[in-house]
Amino acid sequence: MTIEVRNLVKRFGSFAALDGVDLKIADGELLALLGPSGSGKTTLLRIIAGLDWPDAGEVSFDGENALARGAGERHVGFVFQHYALFRHMTVFENVAFGLRVQPRAIRKDEAGIRARVKELLDLVQLDWLADRYPSQLSGGQRQRIALARALAIEPRILLRDEPFGALDAKVRKELRKWLRSLHHEINVTSIFVTHDQEEALEVANRVVVMDRGRIEQVGSAGEVYDHPATAFVHGFIGESIMLPVQVEGGVVRLKDKALDIAADGAGPGASRLFVRRHDMAIVPSESGTLRGQVTHVRSFGPIQRAEVVLSEGDTIEIDAPRDRELRTGDPVGLRPRRYRIFAA
Amino acid sequence: MTLQRERPRSAAKGESTGVRTARAARDNLRTEPRAVRVALIAMAVIFLGVFVVLPLIMVFAQAFSRGISAYLAALSEPEALSAIRLTLLVAAISVSLNLVFGLAAAWAIAKFEFSGKTVLITLIDLPFSVSPVISGLVFVLLFGAQGYWGAWLRSHDIQVLFAMPGIALATTFVTFPFVARALIPLMQEQGTQEEEAAVSLGASGLQTFFRVTLPNIKWGVLYGVLLCNARAMGEFGAVSVVSGHIRGETNTMPLLVEILYNEYQFVASFAIASLLAMLALITLVAKAFLERHLDEGDVSHDH
Repeated sequence: MTIEVRNLVKRFGSFAALDGVDLKIADGELLALLGPSGSGKTTLLRIIAGLDWPDAGEVSFDGENALARGAGERHVGFVFQHYALFRHMTVFENVAFGLRVQPRAIRKDEAGIRARVKELLDLVQLDWLADRYPSQLSGGQRQRIALARALAIEPRILLRDEPFGALDAKVRKELRKWLRSLHHEINVTSIFVTHDQEEALEVANRVVVMDRGRIEQVGSAGEVYDHPATAFVHGFIGESIMLPVQVEGGVVRLKDKALDIAADGAGPGASRLFVRRHDMAIVPSESGTLRGQVTHVRSFGPIQRAEVVLSEGDTIEIDAPRDRELRTGDPVGLRPRRYRIFAA
Repeated sequence: MTLQRERPRSAAKGESTGVRTARAARDNLRTEPRAVRVALIAMAVIFLGVFVVLPLIMVFAQAFSRGISAYLAALSEPEALSAIRLTLLVAAISVSLNLVFGLAAAWAIAKFEFSGKTVLITLIDLPFSVSPVISGLVFVLLFGAQGYWGAWLRSHDIQVLFAMPGIALATTFVTFPFVARALIPLMQEQGTQEEEAAVSLGASGLQTFFRVTLPNIKWGVLYGVLLCNARAMGEFGAVSVVSGHIRGETNTMPLLVEILYNEYQFVASFAIASLLAMLALITLVAKAFLERHLDEGDVSHDH
């Protein structure tokens, strides 16, 4: 099932949740919508599901207008952020719900429903919980039951809103791995929303980075990390240092100091220099592009994170390997191994 | 500081007194001096005794003052039986109407966004803020012989005022807020996610309502119906204005209590009153039972 979204606009009062979104999703793809709160990612998901309606734009499934159909006719499986399990029904009845409300003509008989629910509970490896109520389940179990319930209607698309949001760190990691393998098993076009970049980069084939109702970049995990298209993507994905600079005649200046790096076609005018924390190499003080003094060091795992006050007055944080321990008060020179300059 | 330095010398003893003082201090924070506690509890008990228990005992004492046979005779008077029948009928009509209205209003307010919502919420509360007598008068103005629709109703030979329909209308109006009020906060707290889940799984609007929404609010519905019923059976002011007090025809139980009392038929009057008092007691017990279920519901979906 391919999904195509064209020029989607959705406003809540004067706030534009979606401000002209275009997106094509290929059959069988596992796509992540990544962005901060209020970036419009959940709104986009809800419009695809038919739970919200756009003010303008088109949504089509396999070339067919989806907006002409209600949520119940789109065959979309939706897993809610807080799962929205029916609290007065057992796990079994929750999963069976989508089968029981089908029109009589296509509804399975009781034995058929039982067999299908059993199959789904086996798939999510929770068949032993069939008689429990949602309130008796852990977060990870609820997530899986919500998934089984959504899969019961044999959806053509699976949509998940912050699937890992309400879980603790360890359960998250396990569930991520499990969901990726499940996706290969059932092979249904899937979209999930997340604000956690690590999750998006690790699980999805393709990541859509959104900000303020617009798509900033679409690409594989590697592409959005190594070649961020906009200043927002650079700042949002991975930890970055940002310095306000001026570009004039191919010269990059921080305050009054001309930096010995190429402008790479940026500017002229006020710009922003982005460097990944670990791409800032420590060099002898006199040969640095930037100079400063270490004011604070924390070491954890393989890296040390140092706070450096530059001689121009800006404070930045860098990640350095621990081959040479830094100490508070050390004068350091810094040279960006890789950097990007975006207009301010 | 000095105290701490001295303590290790008599460690065991110092420790235990320390713990004891700490506990005493904590208890002091949690409770008032004994005299204050006794005075407050006594005030509460006296108040409850004078204003609740004593009147209740008096009602039953008066009702049975000439023995149980006089009591039963008073209740089996045709006038009394007719009042009981009318009260039950009016309560049944107004409670079922308000069940439907209340569910619809609460469903609209809690699950949908629309303009004028706050106005609607205020309107639902209107019967609570208007004196019941005024509510009754409104119906006289609408349906009375000189009223707005009076001429039309008379020409079609429809009797609303001084008849059962008028009483049912007035009672329905006065008891309108109970079901809606019980449901709105409950449904707002539950949100719309389960309904959205049901819709995305292919359920129709009615299937969603009967399979998802209604089971989640059933205790709240019963709670609202219970309070609505208690008020419907006990309503005096609005009903008094529209009833016309036709004996054996348009007197409800509360109206009959007043009439009999004014005629010095104390046993009969208090016999009817004792029925209303029993209704109150049953309502209280049922209310406590339902409130426990509502609380349990809260707990089970919190964790």
